Amino acid sequence: MAADDEAPRVALVGNPNSGKTAVFNAITGSRQKVANYAGVTVEKKEGVFVSPAGTRVRVIDLPGTYSLRARSPDEAVTRDVVLGRMDGEEVPDAIVFVADATNLRLNLRLALELKSLGRPIILALNMMDAAEKQGLDIDAAELSAELGMAVVTTVAVRKGGVESLLDQIDRTIQVAETEGWSHVPHQCGWSEPGSRELRDYTREVERILARAVRSPAKPHLATRRLDTVLLHPVAGLAILFAILFLMFQAVFTWAELPMELIDTGLAALSAWLTGAMPDGPLRSLLVDGVIAGVGSVVIFLPQILVLFFFIQLLEDSGYMARAAFLLDKLMGGVGLHGRAFIPLLSSFACAVPGIMAARTIENRADRIATIMIAPLMTCSARLPVYTLIIAAFVPDRAVLGGWVGLQGLVMFALYAAGILSGLLVAFVIKHSVLKGVREPLLMQLPAYRLPRPRNVALGLYDRGKAFLLRAGTTIFALMVLVWFLGSFPAPPPEATEPAIRYSVAGAIGHALEPLLAPIGFNWQIALALVPGMAAREVAVGVLGTIYALSEAGDALQGSLAAVLAQSWSLPTALSLLAWYVFAPQCLATLGVVRRELNSRFWPLVMFVFLTALAYGAAFATFRVASALVGS
Amino acid sequence: MTSALQHPHPTTALRLGSLRKGATAEIVGLDDSAVASALQPGELERRLIEMGLVEGAHVEVLHEGFPKRDPIAVRVNDHTVALRRAEADAVLVLVLTTERRPR
Ligand SMILES: Nc1nc2c(ncn2[C@@H]2O[C@H](COP(=O)(O)OP(=O)(O)O)[C@@H](O)[C@H]2O)c(=O)[nH]1
Repeated sequence: MAADDEAPRVALVGNPNSGKTAVFNAITGSRQKVANYAGVTVEKKEGVFVSPAGTRVRVIDLPGTYSLRARSPDEAVTRDVVLGRMDGEEVPDAIVFVADATNLRLNLRLALELKSLGRPIILALNMMDAAEKQGLDIDAAELSAELGMAVVTTVAVRKGGVESLLDQIDRTIQVAETEGWSHVPHQCGWSEPGSRELRDYTREVERILARAVRSPAKPHLATRRLDTVLLHPVAGLAILFAILFLMFQAVFTWAELPMELIDTGLAALSAWLTGAMPDGPLRSLLVDGVIAGVGSVVIFLPQILVLFFFIQLLEDSGYMARAAFLLDKLMGGVGLHGRAFIPLLSSFACAVPGIMAARTIENRADRIATIMIAPLMTCSARLPVYTLIIAAFVPDRAVLGGWVGLQGLVMFALYAAGILSGLLVAFVIKHSVLKGVREPLLMQLPAYRLPRPRNVALGLYDRGKAFLLRAGTTIFALMVLVWFLGSFPAPPPEATEPAIRYSVAGAIGHALEPLLAPIGFNWQIALALVPGMAAREVAVGVLGTIYALSEAGDALQGSLAAVLAQSWSLPTALSLLAWYVFAPQCLATLGVVRRELNSRFWPLVMFVFLTALAYGAAFATFRVASALVGS
Repeated sequence: MTSALQHPHPTTALRLGSLRKGATAEIVGLDDSAVASALQPGELERRLIEMGLVEGAHVEVLHEGFPKRDPIAVRVNDHTVALRRAEADAVLVLVLTTERRPR
């Protein structure tokens, strides 16, 4: 990669919603990588393109910000990269400032602040199509002269003006090189502007606009009309909840068919392997370990994609900020910030991107409170456990006069239990350890824009890739490990019980059993919870593996659900459901908390309080259910 | 921080946080001294300026949240900003109209 490190680097900077992601997608295409989950542009996104002059140029997309005075951790990334203060990051050779042409006042203020750094900078005047529709007439040459920087007009979503932008990047880099700017490992001099300097910038912007704008943009009327309904105190909230309901409905119904296809495909694959390979440890490893285990995780890809599809649409259309507006006061009741909505919503897919999305919350106490309750939002990894147990133990019949299915109702209750306990925990911590006034809500409500299929597709692609990578690496390794633990040592010849009983896994399960017996868990569950720490959904895979290994051949006739229905009592099943509402056992979540808060203390707190809640809830459920059922 | 209060009739200045939906006004000053906040002194003022809430800007209260009509969505020149009434109180305005003008 040496050649790549030498390549000039360009950084994209701009206000949130100015179209940075669209510009990034337009110039890099799919030649981009995200260091981790593609959050709400809070990730370090890097791409490459070959310029018209034949130079390989690296582009980084930095988190959107209104100011270099970073208020939140993701804005700090932007500041540090731009100023060359980021460890392991060279100062960029040029800055491309992406500005929303319909909203120049706000955008140009930051452009002036960046220009004062004295680095090579290009202004990409984006959303020119929308600006023209709103009647904006702007003299780009005059603007360029007044600002003292190159100006290129673009319509990023249609790749309009991208060629000229690339040409300009070429020129700017060349000039920078001849002037000896590039690869200078120095830091920029910059000090936080005070309110006087900020007012000066504002006045300067007004002066420039007076000269460069021939006719100003009229307000976006469609946005105003839509907001009359969508931000209406009653109708707006009703619509928000309807959207959320639709979203969860879609997660289950749209994903059903692809999930069945994956299931059928995997079953066919393991049947083929069973036929094609001689019986032995290798076949067992592939069929019982890899396919059964990894397959039980990969099957959730459709659900995760559907959920992220909705999140991406809400994000791109500009609705997310409205949701935060609508919920700010309500969430304020338990001490949460309106912005906590986005991380918490993402957490229904997976707590990891959810916790990362909390970077947009500026205040540390608000952020910690949000992060602490993120794992209480039922992530899709818990779905397999819910689905399995509900299918096994909850009769499929209609209740409430035939309108609602009992199984669906139980599922809903589990989600609700998670949300309610999350709000309760937030209330408790915001009124005890993390007391204090909430961070101000100062948030732009961007104009509504029609989401572009291409951008949505690229976003989904990133997320799907991250998920499969995880399934292919972490989860794969764990499943192989579990299979080994469950297969060795082999049972003695005079064995009377299933083979797994004699294995290492069996020993671990038995060792944990006394601890978990009070809440009704047997050794199989105890064993499944251990690798479940790495990824919750693995627990189902492990149960699948355990019961596949412990039943002799034909005995494993029915599905796993049928097997469980026979071997577990109802109180045990309900207790496991209650445990999973809190499910503290996810190393990835604890790891990301540690990284995001840069603290060992908070992940520990999270683990302890979630475990305590899970144990308490499971204990209560088990006792009450046992008393009622009388088992 | 009240230095920017240059208007000849400062007695008529109201706080943005007290305006109702439909009101339009011009910003005449920023004063965050009376606002309880977790921020450093002067920080709220700077953030307001960065969001375009600065002397001379025209504002219109477009929407009110729920419950207690809080937060509010305010059009500031060309863009719209959502903020809570508590922090909007740091913005001093001269009211132009209290109702929505006929379109
Ligand atoms: N009409 C129009 N819409 C755009 C343009 N560039 C971006 N958008 C849309 O504006 C919204 C925000 O863009 P995005 O790239 O996500 O902004 P970011 O937050 O700066 O990364 C998306 O819905 C885009 O499809 C443009 O040039 N014209």
